[in-house]
Amino acid sequence: MNSLVLRTATPFLVALTVLFSIYVLLRGHNEPGGGFIGGLIGASAFATYTIAEGIRAARRALILHPIAIAGIGLFLAGASGVASLVFGDAFLTGQWWFPAFAPDFKYLSTVVLFDIGVYMVVVGTIVAIAIALEEDR
Amino acid sequence: MLAALLAPFVVAVFAPTVRGIAGDRVGLVLALLPAALTLYFAQFIGAVASGETLVFSTPWVPSAGIALSFYVDGLSLLFALLISFIGTFIVLYAGAYLKGHADLGRFLMFILMFMGSMLGLVLADNVVTLFVFWELTSITSFLLIGFNHENARSRRAALQALVVTGGGGLLLLAGLLLMAQVGGSMELSELLVQGELLRNHPWYLGMLLLVLAGAFTKSAQVPFSFWLPNAMEAPTPVSAYLHSATMVKAGVYLLARMNPGLGGTDIWQVLLVSFGAATFFVGAVLALRNTDLKLMLAQTTVASLGLLVFLIGLGHDIAIQAAMGYLLAHSLFKGALFMAAGCIDHETGTREVTRLSGLGRAMPITFSAALLAALSMAGLPPFFGFIAKEFAYKATLDGLWPLAITAIAVLGNALMFAVAFLVGAKPFLGPQSDTPHAPHEGTPGLWLGPVVLAVCGLAAGVLNMLPEQLFIGPAAAAVGGREIAVDLYLWGGFKSPLYLSIATIALGALIFWQSQALRAGVARVLDPLWGPDKGYDQFMDAVVGLARLVTARLQTGTLRNYLLISFLAMAAALVVPLWFVGGFSATLTIPAANFYVWGVAAFTLAGGVAIILTRSRFIAILAMGVLGLGVAFVFLLFGAPDLAFTQLMVETLSVVILALVIARLPVYGRDWRGAPRATRDGIIGIAIGTCMTVLLLSITSRPLDLGLSEYFAAKSYTEAFGRNIVNVILVDFRALDTFGEIAVVVIAGVAVLSLLAFSDGRPERRGRQAEEGR
Repeated sequence: MNSLVLRTATPFLVALTVLFSIYVLLRGHNEPGGGFIGGLIGASAFATYTIAEGIRAARRALILHPIAIAGIGLFLAGASGVASLVFGDAFLTGQWWFPAFAPDFKYLSTVVLFDIGVYMVVVGTIVAIAIALEEDR
Repeated sequence: MLAALLAPFVVAVFAPTVRGIAGDRVGLVLALLPAALTLYFAQFIGAVASGETLVFSTPWVPSAGIALSFYVDGLSLLFALLISFIGTFIVLYAGAYLKGHADLGRFLMFILMFMGSMLGLVLADNVVTLFVFWELTSITSFLLIGFNHENARSRRAALQALVVTGGGGLLLLAGLLLMAQVGGSMELSELLVQGELLRNHPWYLGMLLLVLAGAFTKSAQVPFSFWLPNAMEAPTPVSAYLHSATMVKAGVYLLARMNPGLGGTDIWQVLLVSFGAATFFVGAVLALRNTDLKLMLAQTTVASLGLLVFLIGLGHDIAIQAAMGYLLAHSLFKGALFMAAGCIDHETGTREVTRLSGLGRAMPITFSAALLAALSMAGLPPFFGFIAKEFAYKATLDGLWPLAITAIAVLGNALMFAVAFLVGAKPFLGPQSDTPHAPHEGTPGLWLGPVVLAVCGLAAGVLNMLPEQLFIGPAAAAVGGREIAVDLYLWGGFKSPLYLSIATIALGALIFWQSQALRAGVARVLDPLWGPDKGYDQFMDAVVGLARLVTARLQTGTLRNYLLISFLAMAAALVVPLWFVGGFSATLTIPAANFYVWGVAAFTLAGGVAIILTRSRFIAILAMGVLGLGVAFVFLLFGAPDLAFTQLMVETLSVVILALVIARLPVYGRDWRGAPRATRDGIIGIAIGTCMTVLLLSITSRPLDLGLSEYFAAKSYTEAFGRNIVNVILVDFRALDTFGEIAVVVIAGVAVLSLLAFSDGRPERRGRQAEEGR
């Protein structure tokens, strides 16, 4: 899209939005947020980028094909559930690790991995659709 | 035991690799497996002959009572030995028969997989295990019949066999589960000792018919017999193994197995005897009608299966002995004859019996094997087939409808006698005929199997005390569910069975002599008639036609119609139950609310009204956004920040994506659906809206059950270390649901991508573009 304002603002906007989406993803366990919402924010960031900079740039920025990102996310979510099988719990039972030096740091768990998987699925799928639609015009 | 049953599947996976290493000797190498299995099962002979039964069980799905449990008694051991023993020679034979074929490795893989499935079927104790292996034999049979998959006839035959036997298998599953429900156990060994309970239960007829449907389709009883001759499209090793010696006997096995539990009633006798006798007769007549060696043998197999079914139906001691004896005799002579027919086909290039004669000089070993097998099939002394036939006559004279059944048995056996010599002797005698290839003896791999099986048929007849004590006795006891004194003999004195045998031979010789004329006569009468094979085609056409009709109605390809159907269904789902529970009596009270709540309501409503009134698509999309924003505000006001947050993001992205979509759509001057459609859609919309309102009103008018909320509020931090209950539920407590949802999201994404890639009708351009893009 040939809009000077948009093209100038986009890099800052996108960087901030992606950062914010990761923040929302990680805070989700205790505050409003989580993988799904974070993923939607991230997807809107990349959608903005696609509209402003074009498909070629967007694909380069994402490195992988967006639907591959979604696939990796789905795999990650599934794998995080398999981890509990190793410890003898049912599939997808959360496993936590509290390091001895920081007992209050409650982020190291398969649950967070699962949420990251959700995030990647949402980002990947929506961006894939947006790029495909944009590409076609 | 489990290892022995899994071994064929494991080895099967490596069959193509073995082919790569061993080359054309692959048959020799892989035959070691069934040989080892034969020895493995042979070690049980002693224990089983002395009346023991052995049970092996491994839990599978313990919560549903499903176990990988296996059960060795006389019946299952007889079958297991037949499967592995004949299987040894089949693998050898296949290696020689398909020598140099590009897909020999794959072929042997399927054969071994089938062997494993069949062994599992006959040894299974748990009904679900039985069903799983039952269907596995249908699937492997499908793969083997369709082995020459470039041939349309092979494909049709493979699909037909799968539809018929697989469909029967589903009915069988229902029957088995009914039995398990009534008998209170999933194990056959525990069900079958409760015969009284099963037979007197009101569901008896239901389970009987379902089990019979499974057995009759698998064992090619009239009117389901048509698939078996068609299955002759398969390479000959398959016909010899699956479609004569083993798989088609699975139905017979099932009937024999069920006999102590379901058998013995009047309806059992009537059904089995009438279907069995009809099949016997029809098969024997059609065997004479055909001139292709394999088709003739296939039809006699149908006939033999009919004989076995009605012998089991008769159910008295002699009939059960006869059934087990005939089972053994048939597997030996039919396996040998099929392989010999394959040799002829392989070495001369034709299977047309009218074109074959005088091969005896060129193929002496095949000739001797075929002749020995034919003598057993014809029921001449001292072959085992003779003993089996004597006992069959003894059984028919002393059972249900003795006169009619004996007459059919004599006529059918006379036809079998004639066909035995047409297949096993006629091609080898007389002046040498002109064949596509100059005939010569096959390789040892080709003649070893027929020779061994045919000699076994002779040995079993002469030394009949051996099969009597080792196989027939224990098997008959297992089928009868009681002690049965088995006493096989060649010479029974000048009694009725002997006279009937003599009559059979005389009649059979007459038919053999007049076979040309009879064949022409049968062809004139039968060929114009409607048959089940044609019926199968009509049935399949009807199914496809119905599917087309439904698809054409539902899958119009117009988004509007899909939405209309979806919303109609939704409206019906809301209106009908509400109407019946009288939910429309809920009263609407205006709640006291702050002005900003009203403000949000007005904002949301304005969005809705704008969508209806506007004729511009772009404004409609924006108005949708307004509506969604309003809803997000509502969530925010009533304490659901996560939901509001998500809604907000979804609305934003929806507008972006819709804006991208709309750029692709053709732009109409007017976007107005016309008064009649507007009325119809309006009514549906109002119905849904009203019902949702009534539903919400009646839900909120009752006290809210806070049990779940309190549970999650209490456990969320202590068990899942998170304070945001919504997120903890999503990623921890109900993570499996979320996992399913994100899987759906990915699938939907892939679907959208592929739809877009093909939407302009030029897939090749899109495909290339996609490749370039990434």
